[in-house]
Amino acid sequence: MLLEKLSNLPGVSGSEKAVREAIVEQLREHGLEWQTDTMGNLLVRKKGRRSGSRRIMLAAHIDEVGLMVTSIEKSGHLKFRPVGGIDSRVLVSKRVHVGEEQIPGVIGSKAIHLQKPEERQKPFELDQLYIDIGAKNKEEAEKYVQVGAYASFDAVCTPFGDGCLRGKAFDDRAGCAALLELLLEKDTPPFDAAFTVQEEVGLRGARVAAYTLQPQYALAVEATAAADTPDTKKERSSTVLSGGPAISFMDRTLIVHREIFESLVNAAEKAGVPFQFRRFAGGGTDAGAIALSREGVKAGVVAVPCRYIHSPCSVLKESDLRHTVSLLRAWLEATA
Amino acid sequence: MKEEEVKELVMELSSAVGISGKEDSAVAVASRHLERYATRLWRDRLGSLIAFKEGENPGEEPFSLALVAHIDEIGAMVTRIEEEGMLRFTAVGGIDPRILPGQPVVVHGRSPLKGVVGAKAPHLLSEQERREAPKLEDLYIDIGLSREQAEKQVRIGDLVSFDAPPLAMAAGKSIAGKSLDDRAGVAALIIAAAELAAARHRANVYFVASVQEEVGLRGATTAAYGLAPALAVAVDVTHGETPGLSPPDVFELGGGPAIAIGPNYHPALVRRLMEVAADERFAVQREADPGSPGTDAWVIQVTREGIPCALLSIPLRYMHTTVEMLHLDDLINTGRLLASFARSLDRPFVEGLACF
Repeated sequence: MLLEKLSNLPGVSGSEKAVREAIVEQLREHGLEWQTDTMGNLLVRKKGRRSGSRRIMLAAHIDEVGLMVTSIEKSGHLKFRPVGGIDSRVLVSKRVHVGEEQIPGVIGSKAIHLQKPEERQKPFELDQLYIDIGAKNKEEAEKYVQVGAYASFDAVCTPFGDGCLRGKAFDDRAGCAALLELLLEKDTPPFDAAFTVQEEVGLRGARVAAYTLQPQYALAVEATAAADTPDTKKERSSTVLSGGPAISFMDRTLIVHREIFESLVNAAEKAGVPFQFRRFAGGGTDAGAIALSREGVKAGVVAVPCRYIHSPCSVLKESDLRHTVSLLRAWLEATA
Repeated sequence: MKEEEVKELVMELSSAVGISGKEDSAVAVASRHLERYATRLWRDRLGSLIAFKEGENPGEEPFSLALVAHIDEIGAMVTRIEEEGMLRFTAVGGIDPRILPGQPVVVHGRSPLKGVVGAKAPHLLSEQERREAPKLEDLYIDIGLSREQAEKQVRIGDLVSFDAPPLAMAAGKSIAGKSLDDRAGVAALIIAAAELAAARHRANVYFVASVQEEVGLRGATTAAYGLAPALAVAVDVTHGETPGLSPPDVFELGGGPAIAIGPNYHPALVRRLMEVAADERFAVQREADPGSPGTDAWVIQVTREGIPCALLSIPLRYMHTTVEMLHLDDLINTGRLLASFARSLDRPFVEGLACF
């Protein structure tokens, strides 16, 4: 499965090469042409069975949140900072891969036995956490890792439950898998696909990709937080698993263009694809950056609902991903 | 046993599942290794695994030594199935709830079910939530099933283990993973059994993989009573050096097992362990232990009319997490030291234990 393969690859913002290359490999196998730019975006212009009258851009980001090594302690432990938005409380007792060589590392903590009762009430601060690669001192650690090395979560994508997947970086490898599937299909209408970099550090890749592609219409294909969990009040649940793709009306970076919003809803209804509205106006996506490209682009967002995003282990439902592809296909048919 | 074999052994033991109260799978792995070196193998009423190897003691009254390491591990138990299909749980043994969000787990329902402990996306967190440590009662396990589906697969009381395959670190000779507390100790017992297989020793040796240590030293209580050995060595883990902590709380990784000193430990046994380590040039560390670190040695010492005890501890970083880390040299040295100690014992030493 495309998503499984893409999810397992490291691609922290600024170091997306492995993901880009895996996608290029697929494109090459299917005889598709592509181009890359100086930031690392991967752009594909798909020709369709008819020439479309509109220039349409679908964007999915290949980068993921992760960590960067900022210094190496005398003891051989690595200090780090997050790249992108991570709740530092999810880091303790997790595994990571460090650097291009994918050196195994773990994030340990002071054993519970040695903590004072008041310490146990507080979450671990970033300053208390280290990556341990098993090196006995700084000298040995430096043989394997240098300051500036990226670290990504070590979580193997695994099917479980009722058609669910568990793994890292579904935000936004789910979007990448959807785009890739549409690209590899024979019958889809023409569109431009952008596999963008550096979304998690401020929608940076999409900005230049949109400038290059000059779309009239654009969609960011994303993974968005699902909150159908017992720790969320019903009225606050942004999206739910099994509800189909989530259509946004607004977030922190974008008010979805009315025409796009209506056309997405129409396309879904006409094609009988289940969908839901994203009942949450926080967060941001590449669509925010794309909308402001050149003299402006009509932009919207379609997202796969995904629990526990930005954690080492997120959860999505394969049927939601499948329905996302169906919705995009239907929308392209109606729009291109 | 060669280093490569030891590495495989400890990784196999770490992968095995044996939450306190249901240690069967882990016991099966330990049995498969111990039966090669033992003359007799059985489980006692609480489930502790005992492997027996007879000593050669011509013309003398036989005496026995028990080497004890616990085979159970910390985990969780399902307490409730929520409307959304998520599972609420309680801890079995001492778990720090802060390690749980985003943690892959296996729920041992009618069949093993993969799952993950939920962690709210940072986008949805309030400022207040970011500053708080999660509480166990607020956490839940997501097994990707609806309530109806979950109820067919999972029952209240089902056990949950961490889904954390062991890692061989690239740097150093370290292994990281779950339940090295105290599968490392069990591995040391197996190494000792392998060393003793071809060696002559006077003591009858019991290798005991005790159950239910993490919930209150229970397996060792009944095993020690049942076997009534003349003396015993418990093998457990102690805290390895960790940033933010310094001696005497933590011990050097690669510095050898820690020999504990204190009221729980018979001075003659401590002295003998030190002497054997010095003779054989095994690296060891000294651990001053004025009270109880909560190991099986604590209950063994006061079994029946009293059983002289010692404690060897393997330094382990990040105890009770899914990334506990040890150094292979410490493990190998612990196994060899146990074997050499067993070989050093004779009847006069044992008789001297009551007047020291």
